[in-house]
Amino acid sequence: MSLYQLQKVLFEMNRDKRVQARFRDDRAALLAEYDLTVEEAGALERADIGLLYVLGVNGQILMHFAAFNGIAWFDYLDMMRQGIVDHGPVRAGVYAMVGGGASFTEEEKHR
Amino acid sequence: MSLVYAGVLSHAPGMTGRADMVENTGVRDALYAHLDLQRREIEASGAEALIVVAAEHFANFFMNNMPAFCMGMADSYTGPIEDPAWLKIDPVTVPGSADLSGRLIREVQQTVDVAYAEEWRFDHGISVPLHFLTPRYDMPVVPVNINCQGPPLAPLHRAWAFGEALRRACDAVPEKLALVGTGGISHWPATPDSGKINEAWDRQFLDRLMRQDKAALLAYTDEDTYRDGGQGGFEIRTYLAAAAAAGGAGELQFYTAELPIFAVGCTVARFAIA
Repeated sequence: MSLYQLQKVLFEMNRDKRVQARFRDDRAALLAEYDLTVEEAGALERADIGLLYVLGVNGQILMHFAAFNGIAWFDYLDMMRQGIVDHGPVRAGVYAMVGGGASFTEEEKHR
Repeated sequence: MSLVYAGVLSHAPGMTGRADMVENTGVRDALYAHLDLQRREIEASGAEALIVVAAEHFANFFMNNMPAFCMGMADSYTGPIEDPAWLKIDPVTVPGSADLSGRLIREVQQTVDVAYAEEWRFDHGISVPLHFLTPRYDMPVVPVNINCQGPPLAPLHRAWAFGEALRRACDAVPEKLALVGTGGISHWPATPDSGKINEAWDRQFLDRLMRQDKAALLAYTDEDTYRDGGQGGFEIRTYLAAAAAAGGAGELQFYTAELPIFAVGCTVARFAIA
């Protein structure tokens, strides 16, 4: 149930500029309104893409949150890979990593 | 009057947002040329409105109240919700028709329990197709969503039945209508595997789709699709609905797995209306 709450914060933030403003201005107060574990709240506070990914946040929700935080595309991919290194495999959901951390684009390899 | 055009196309955010990162620019431009051809075919069909059967990504619907099928019923829609600098599509108001939507929905409801929405904010799942197909945003749109994100997902045979219901609804109104299904085939979007594409699986699926091989198309299980086509493969539901709505054989106009920076095999196809 907690992953549901974690994703709900991001769902509401991704589509509502007022929630985005609250996240920028007083994220602790915003996050207190949701039933989050300490680990989940910390991941959100730090915009920790790697940990959020490992916790099971749907990639479509996480991708938008990364863009909101100004994270460039290849950096976003790297952060998820590093999350796996730091915290282990994705714990829930259907967005698990299956490629062993490899890059699938020449553009990323050449950057 | 009836359905006058039916087709499918891909919708990945990279198709606009990462266009300037592409190394294989010749293939990218060929994709864009075929999308422009699809635009011209829709315009030449005389369509007065465009139905977009999409697979949105949590712009409107969440697991607190997730409809299997939903249709927009408003005179206008807004979007995209994404950062314009990231998606490289500016926010815009897109015309709709609450009246037309309402008539279509009532007919669809004869056989499918479709939800409706009087407000709808587009994400890349609809905004990218419109960017290419109605770049002046001068054609009324009827947004349609099939839940392809939050399992449990509607069975494939229900997506097919939904497409058939859309066709009956199109044929029951006087307007000329175009319909496109937009989704990916195999892809692992928004994961570290972004760019992974199972081209053989894609081509087998497209062959079955173009031949209207209903039995083979409905035989995919979500477990098989997840293994072979990734979580993005769940979006085949939009292609099935478009095929069911069209009824006729398809023509694959473009497919490439050579643009993995777009995180999907890129497809453009049309169906005969039968």
